[in-house]
Amino acid sequence: MNRPSDRGQQLVGVFLLGMLLFNYPVLALFNRAASALGIPLLYAYIFFSWALVIALLALVVERSR
Amino acid sequence: MLQSWVIIPVSLAYLGTLFAVAYYGDHRADQGRSIIANPYIYALSLGVYATAWTFYGSVGRAASDGVGFLPIYIGPTLMMALWWLVMRKIIRISKTNRITSLADFISSRYGKSALLAGLVTVIAVIGVIPYIALQLKAVSHSFTILAQYPEVVLPAQREPVPIQVDTAFWMALLLATFTILFGTRHLDASERHEGMVAAIAFESLVKLVAFLAVGLFVTYGIYGGLGDLFARAREHSHLSTLLAPLGGAAGSYASWAWLTLLSMFAIMFLPRQFQIAVVENVNERHLDKAIWLFPLYMLAMNLFVIPVAFGGVMHFSTLPVDPDTFVLTLPMAEKQEAIALLVFIGGLSAATGMVIVETIALSTMVCNDLVMPVLLRMRAMRLAERKNLTGLLLGIRRGAIIAVVLLGYLYFRFAGEAYALVAIGLISFAAVAQFAPVVIGGIYWKGATRAGALAALAAGFIVWLYTLLLPSFAKSGWLPIGFLEQGPFGIGLLKPYALFGLEGLNDITHAMLWSMVANVGAYVLVSVLTRQSVAEQAQAARFVDVFRRGSEDADVHFWKGSASLPDLRALLARFLGPERADGVLAAYATRRGFASPATMPADASLVNFAETALAGAIGGASARIMVASTVHEDVLSVDEVRSMLDEASQVIAYSHELKQKSQELVAATNELRAANERLQELDRLKDDFISTVTHELRTPLTSIRAFSEILHDSPELDAAERQKFLTIIIQESERLTRLINQVLDLAKLESGRAEWQSSQIDLRTVIEDSLNATGQLFRAKSVLLEARLPEHVPPVSADRDRLVQVLINLLSNAAKFVAVGEGRVVVELRHVAGALRVDVRDNGPGIAFEDQRIIFEKFRQAGDTMTEKPQGTGLGLPISRQIIEHLGGRLWVESTPGEGATFSFELPVAPAARSGAPDLGPVRGA
Repeated sequence: MNRPSDRGQQLVGVFLLGMLLFNYPVLALFNRAASALGIPLLYAYIFFSWALVIALLALVVERSR
Repeated sequence: MLQSWVIIPVSLAYLGTLFAVAYYGDHRADQGRSIIANPYIYALSLGVYATAWTFYGSVGRAASDGVGFLPIYIGPTLMMALWWLVMRKIIRISKTNRITSLADFISSRYGKSALLAGLVTVIAVIGVIPYIALQLKAVSHSFTILAQYPEVVLPAQREPVPIQVDTAFWMALLLATFTILFGTRHLDASERHEGMVAAIAFESLVKLVAFLAVGLFVTYGIYGGLGDLFARAREHSHLSTLLAPLGGAAGSYASWAWLTLLSMFAIMFLPRQFQIAVVENVNERHLDKAIWLFPLYMLAMNLFVIPVAFGGVMHFSTLPVDPDTFVLTLPMAEKQEAIALLVFIGGLSAATGMVIVETIALSTMVCNDLVMPVLLRMRAMRLAERKNLTGLLLGIRRGAIIAVVLLGYLYFRFAGEAYALVAIGLISFAAVAQFAPVVIGGIYWKGATRAGALAALAAGFIVWLYTLLLPSFAKSGWLPIGFLEQGPFGIGLLKPYALFGLEGLNDITHAMLWSMVANVGAYVLVSVLTRQSVAEQAQAARFVDVFRRGSEDADVHFWKGSASLPDLRALLARFLGPERADGVLAAYATRRGFASPATMPADASLVNFAETALAGAIGGASARIMVASTVHEDVLSVDEVRSMLDEASQVIAYSHELKQKSQELVAATNELRAANERLQELDRLKDDFISTVTHELRTPLTSIRAFSEILHDSPELDAAERQKFLTIIIQESERLTRLINQVLDLAKLESGRAEWQSSQIDLRTVIEDSLNATGQLFRAKSVLLEARLPEHVPPVSADRDRLVQVLINLLSNAAKFVAVGEGRVVVELRHVAGALRVDVRDNGPGIAFEDQRIIFEKFRQAGDTMTEKPQGTGLGLPISRQIIEHLGGRLWVESTPGEGATFSFELPVAPAARSGAPDLGPVRGA
């Protein structure tokens, strides 16, 4: 259990993490012609980070219910 | 075979299914068993964000620059994290104020300004028209392409088709009809459309399934999975550059960031998103699930965009196929009729969902915030006469829906062909992004003014028009192309795509940058420079502090005027219908604790309630006008409100003062009571004293009188006897005189009226004088008297006569109590720390411990005064103690019964002597 204000802060935290993951310069680190498991690195990174952010959102929201 | 006669019935059957879902939703809502009142439906209905743009356009965008389509979905994902803070607040505000559209929201925040509501509506309509055009374009193209099955033939660009055979035109009419059936079957005071939401949620599922189906088919049907697909793409000349496209084909990181921001605004402020997320929200707790479910939906929707795009590019590398159609043309090329038809339905689903919600939201705005205010102003008298305006309201809305859809069609026909789908959509995104500063600023910044909001919207909108909309006309040939290339009138600095010489950004980034600078700049600057009216201040507080407020009844209404219940009821009935009007009034009366509406006072709360109820039907700005026309309202000026506030604060100040005064009064009363008690105590003491004194006086007086009477009545007494009696009379008289003197002396000492003649004296001479004066007493009783005096003592500051009085009193007491012949009295003078101490020690019977204290009280003597004859007046010791204390010293007794008593006193050494010479030299007394 956590309090509503905690939830707000945690969600802002996830937002800031997302802003970091999906912007220059972190994005530039993966903008290379390499691949991960046969998938181009940039796409693999974006979709993985996207899923990560969604998982964190779900964690924060569902845990504080 | 997929001929038109197959596609059209299937499409109509699908739309029929949608309608059935909607009908069922409305039916359940009427029964009070809502099917949309759960978070999953809410999250799915938010999927209306994914339109034909997503369904067809993302693939087209991905085919040209790889990742460029993604910020449009990542932005909303990030924004969802902030929804719990921002959107929850917007929802709460909207529910509290019965806000039914974005225009209503903005105008309500800024003092229910009709002008602002109108401006928002105009921007929303103009801004969203390209977006609607996009849907029409996508659906009509997909229809045209699918109808050619199995040939993959693209419709020729700008083919001059007459309107009556243009599929887009018929599509537009069909959608408008469908929307009218969905959204304006009846007038709801809260503008909620449960059936529509159910249908939208259903559509979200359909388009997701369709896209996943085609994605799986392309990835695993045409190619051997993701690995195979990307491996082949790496060898493809164009695609290999798209594997790490940022900073290259997809544009700069700045453009990526701006697109993210743009879509963050779009997810909140597109009219259809506001409608679904805010107006149609049943319970703000539904946000919880939507915060992660909706991003998950978007993720799923985008999973196969890249595979389909890359697959299409490789598959059609030799054919001129528009990448925007890959989703449809890939299954067609592979002869997959079912999948192709499913894709068409999915695209139709995405487009219809968008058009339905968007036009319903826009029609509400056009009706409530644009047409009604004008009609009410222009023809207020005639409108006021009409009993029931619900029909008129519905008519305006239906007209607005048709007008908006047809405007979309016109844009598509005259300007839409020049752009890919995504580019058209982004123009609309940039338009609605102009709402972001005034909304977000409005719910957190109380100081933002109406003028600031008007300036912000106008500035942002004008920049948007100039840098995005006009260029789209120029590209389509409706404006000279030189407007774009050389700037208007050849002024290079004003080129719409490189305003003030800002080059190197793509058109959207460029437009966003300048419009946001103009928008936010005007908003802040004008807000800071202008002042809010009273209504604005009240509304600003309602919005910003929405979580701090209690129920709506607790609001303070700055309102004065007069209203009548029948007038208000008639007003409500005109817009809501008589039954609903009576219903809401009865509910309100019950809530406020009245038996029936008729007994309610037509006060500010009721007027406010009527306005809020009306706002649900015709919008805040119109409701304001209508209520104002019914209620005789005196407009409150800022000065009046200020004087009201001043009065209130003065009253508060007065009551504060009053409280303070009464506290002071209580304190004073307590002091008085204490003083009174002390006075009563003193009074009692005085009475005691007087009765004691008179008693003491009466004793000698009685004996004097008794012996005098004996002498008077007995002349035969012999001389010796007579002499004896006379002696007694003289002794008693002396005693009486002494007593009276002492009483007078004590009274003087106690009242502070005694005269003191202070001088520097040598205690040794005082003692010697006293010994001389009492010497006869001791000699008469054969008592040994010894004086132990040091050679030198420092002087003390005192009254010499008073000190002699004290010493004589102590010495005569000692002489009185020692035994004849055996008595021994010692007087000792010592110098102790800072003081001189005198002890008078005797070897008499001593004083019992319990008597040691009372002997210093007036008229009290040790021993049993009833049986023993008193040996003094009982005032000597009290007087002595008074004298010593007055001189700054103390007097006390130490005694052990049977071993004598020692009376001692100390006097402080005179200051000069203490700090200076210890020795004044021997001062010899007599």
